[in-house]
Amino acid sequence: MSAMDLLLWSRGPGLAIAVSIFAFGVVLRLFEIYSLGRKADLAKPRVNTKACAGATVWRRMLPDMHILRRSPITYVAGYLFHFGLFVVVFLYAPHIKLIESTLGLSWPALPSALVDLVAVLTLISLVVVLVNRITDPVKRLLSGFEDYLTWAVTLLPVLTGYMAYHHLMFPYQTMLALHILSVELLLVIFPFTKLMHAITLFISRWYNGDIAARKGVQS
Amino acid sequence: MSASFERGMAAFREVMDSPIASFFSSCVHCGLCAEACLFYTETGDPKYTPIHKLDPLKRVWQQEYTLLGRLGALVGLSKPVTEKELEQWSELVYDSCTLCGRCSMVCPVGNDIAYMVRKMREGMSAAGVAPEGMIGATQRAVTLGSPMGVKLPALQAQIRAQEAETGLSIPMDVQGADYMVLLSSMEVMNFPEYIGALGKIFRQAGVSWTLSSKAFEATNSGIQIGASDIAAELVQRIVDAAEGLGVKTVISPECGHAFTAIRWEGPNLIGRPYRFEVKHILEVLEELRQAGRLRTQGCDERPLTFHDPCQIARRGGVIEQPRNLLKSVASDFREMEEHGAMNWCCGGGGGVSANDRAEELRLVAFKRKKGQVEALGVDTLVTACANCRIILEEGLEHYNMDVEVVGLTELVAEHLIEDDK
Repeated sequence: MSAMDLLLWSRGPGLAIAVSIFAFGVVLRLFEIYSLGRKADLAKPRVNTKACAGATVWRRMLPDMHILRRSPITYVAGYLFHFGLFVVVFLYAPHIKLIESTLGLSWPALPSALVDLVAVLTLISLVVVLVNRITDPVKRLLSGFEDYLTWAVTLLPVLTGYMAYHHLMFPYQTMLALHILSVELLLVIFPFTKLMHAITLFISRWYNGDIAARKGVQS
Repeated sequence: MSASFERGMAAFREVMDSPIASFFSSCVHCGLCAEACLFYTETGDPKYTPIHKLDPLKRVWQQEYTLLGRLGALVGLSKPVTEKELEQWSELVYDSCTLCGRCSMVCPVGNDIAYMVRKMREGMSAAGVAPEGMIGATQRAVTLGSPMGVKLPALQAQIRAQEAETGLSIPMDVQGADYMVLLSSMEVMNFPEYIGALGKIFRQAGVSWTLSSKAFEATNSGIQIGASDIAAELVQRIVDAAEGLGVKTVISPECGHAFTAIRWEGPNLIGRPYRFEVKHILEVLEELRQAGRLRTQGCDERPLTFHDPCQIARRGGVIEQPRNLLKSVASDFREMEEHGAMNWCCGGGGGVSANDRAEELRLVAFKRKKGQVEALGVDTLVTACANCRIILEEGLEHYNMDVEVVGLTELVAEHLIEDDK
């Protein structure tokens, strides 16, 4: 298989398979959550909870300042890599072109040199969260194979993208194929690992906000 | 595998719902919940990380309620929960969690961890791994009507003493009264002056109220140990008494979990809404104050602060009322840095105070409250929960701190205008 074949496969059948598994997995996981159901609360609520539950979904984007002071690395590195992932995925010109060609949606890109810098920061912060996970007693206790797998699978697309952009290690076509394959790996494991939090956190924050709001507390 | 272990596992399956599945799906193992938990911050032991306390429940969810988990279990890749593990987790679920819910306020993905610990206790209790002290309290609540074994004659004796002290008569079983007042055993035995204080306040405000000889105990060991059938029975006693007397409102006493039991869990436990309202005593007092029916004079000039009982503030929504009441009778009220919905627990809620084996850990965890009080330089600590009050007094004594603990209702009663005697 030549580099070109690999690239063609990753762009064609590979992508189709990955997106299908991703879509099936996400729908399945949402079904697994919602099919369990929830008993109606018969206690008279203090307030209409919908607005408060919605507010909790947004409020949890921000840290509690006391907890931030107690655990700054978790927050700073955590924000950095999430923000970095957003920038490199959605504000890099070739990615926007890809989205435009498939979905017809388009928006302005950041200069590639800036995205390049953000990619480096993202990689650095990912290394920091890994070291923190290994050295911090609480995180180490909570961590298992899945945590290291999802870390690696999150890192790979950024790393291969960076290497492709800078023509490092392999010829461009090979590196680009590896980049696309790494994204496909991410899509495939996403629904079945904690990466799924990117979707389910909206559900859990909503429940949290709803439970608290019934009692008159904005959580 | 024992029959009780099977019952425990069945109870885990019984409590599994969409919120729990979404919470476990969302957890990224960031460990920030640990920083919100006084059992972790005061010991530094990672095993007290709140989400870790749920590990057996999480594995049941993962292995039985997700496709990947079920596949893993089929090919023998998963580690099933064992009876021994539940025994090990008993300390984490009962001794090192007061259901204070602070972790639920800070989790970035929004997990309500306290909600899950409450649910997990249903399985732990069914599996027979709940602590002895809590089992005893629960048995006394069912057979004697009170976790501390306080029966009606004991209450009647305390009422007579309070009547002699205040010169008022304390109403009992008054048909059609507006308010039915509940008490906690802790109040009856240790702080009976609460009853006298209520008598004085309600007399001035012209409130029609009563106690019930059939149901005066508000505390509910069932929701602490995690036995919903028992919890429902204890709530039903109150509901029968209140609906029998035809009262409009039942008043939950200065007790945290009693409010959670009767106000928030009660209707769900008995399977229907009530035909009366439930309010916390602080809500009632603040309503009376705002209506001009609770008139006070003079101010306590001591520097003092307010300790929010978790189930009344963070898990109950009664946050502003105690502050308004306190400011009306105290001139040097100082707020702790983290207060209200983000208060720190006294360390003895959620059944921990009834759990003897947890005492040593509880006193270590108290260092958090100690630090908060010391930072303010106050010599008086006001609160509104008899259980917090006992725990605070024990903690302060243990650390040789000269701080007085006062109940808010009594403090208000001391400042009543007594012109219309």
